[in-house]
Amino acid sequence: MDLFSEYGSAILTSFGLTLRLAVYSGIFALILGTVLAVFRVSPVPVLRFVGAAVVYTFRNTPLTLVMFFALFGLAYQLGFNPAPDDLYENNFRLAVLALGIYTSTFVCEVLRAGINTVPLGQAEAARAIGLTFTQNLRHVVLPQALRSVINPLASVLIAMTKNTTVAVTIGVVTATGVNEASGQMKTMMENESDQILLIFIIFAIGFMILTLPIGFVANWASKRFAVIR
Amino acid sequence: MTVLDTEPASAPSGDALVVLDHVDKHYGDLHVLQDINMEIKRGEVVVVIGPSGSGKSTLCRTINRLETIDSGTITLDGKELPAEGKGLAKLRAEVGMVFQSFNLFAHKTILQNVTLGPMKVRKLKKSEAEAEAKKLLDRVGVGAQAAKYPAQLSGGQQQRVAIARALAMKPQVMLFDEPTSALDPEMVKEVLDVMVSLAKEGMTMIVVTHEMGFARVAADRVVFMADGQIVESNTPAEFFDNPQSERAKDFLGKILKH
Repeated sequence: MDLFSEYGSAILTSFGLTLRLAVYSGIFALILGTVLAVFRVSPVPVLRFVGAAVVYTFRNTPLTLVMFFALFGLAYQLGFNPAPDDLYENNFRLAVLALGIYTSTFVCEVLRAGINTVPLGQAEAARAIGLTFTQNLRHVVLPQALRSVINPLASVLIAMTKNTTVAVTIGVVTATGVNEASGQMKTMMENESDQILLIFIIFAIGFMILTLPIGFVANWASKRFAVIR
Repeated sequence: MTVLDTEPASAPSGDALVVLDHVDKHYGDLHVLQDINMEIKRGEVVVVIGPSGSGKSTLCRTINRLETIDSGTITLDGKELPAEGKGLAKLRAEVGMVFQSFNLFAHKTILQNVTLGPMKVRKLKKSEAEAEAKKLLDRVGVGAQAAKYPAQLSGGQQQRVAIARALAMKPQVMLFDEPTSALDPEMVKEVLDVMVSLAKEGMTMIVVTHEMGFARVAADRVVFMADGQIVESNTPAEFFDNPQSERAKDFLGKILKH
């Protein structure tokens, strides 16, 4: 068990960074995904086009490519640095931006599927009492759509949590030089090549500790908030 | 024939509230509304009947623009219906609508169903909206169900909540699109009773229905539609006892024989 005494705190720190990546990207993806879904069902053709363009572009591009673009394209070429004075924070934010936009397209499509499960009569009744398009979405259609897609949304968030590992490609590290989880795993495998199996198991369990609760909470919530018709 | 034990409604006295002028609508090749001209006075109760596919539901839905029209004009209180946007939403708040399938908001309680419109459209405070809603729910006899969700109520109760939800907006006119067609027979009367009392209080109503008893008791006028046209328009007594057109005679013969 030398592994733990030597790497224990680094493992925890690396998963802490992974968790931070996942939480920030998740919040960003849920907000942006909702906005995109609203665009895609809006009566304004320009908004529908913008929504569709973003979804088709980022959903069909590999995440590694999006991640590289954020660093080499946005930051190096175009000079977009969200935290220019702090290299670590700068890369972290670029990774959140890339992962968030990429994931938002999946959130958007799941929400749109949810909107299709809401019977037309619900939106008609909302229009009939004088709600505007946005009020209708906000108070009648989206709450019902969201409740019907809690489990598929959880799958998107679980996939996103695992996708944080792609951030290793643009060197997302803490100020003390600890990589996110997959980078830390790679470091340990290089240093402790006789214990590769154990290292695999440690990191697999670490990811399950992050992702299993998402599924459990989603299962509970989808029952608790189910819309009975 | 469920509400024949009550007195006929009093005659309307007001000016024209809803006016349809040369209204046409197509669904592809189907000419579903053909040159409809119609005037509904303030306080008038108009019952629209006719065979299925005659366009009567479509007619009802055009009046708050849930269905668009191809040509012609529809005015409410002298103002033409806006095509879309906030103006249209504002106008819809003035037109209450009751649907065949109730369409109560499934994720909201009965009370929330009734308060949503007044709070978001009329900008009432929550306490005011709830006090109003409770009065309306009591009036339609479902006050005790306020905390429940729509799925926990019977069809008749849900439809009465739907009427309360529409009334909460204090509309100038109420549209009923086959309000009792999806109900079990024993629940039809409780809904019609609410509608009859509304009619007696002077609410302007346009009712698409197959309930001839309601038409006789509560209507000032019966409009008979067939194949997208208004074939006959008359007082209930005249229409039922002395129909003029072959289509109306044929239709009444089929439904009144049993």
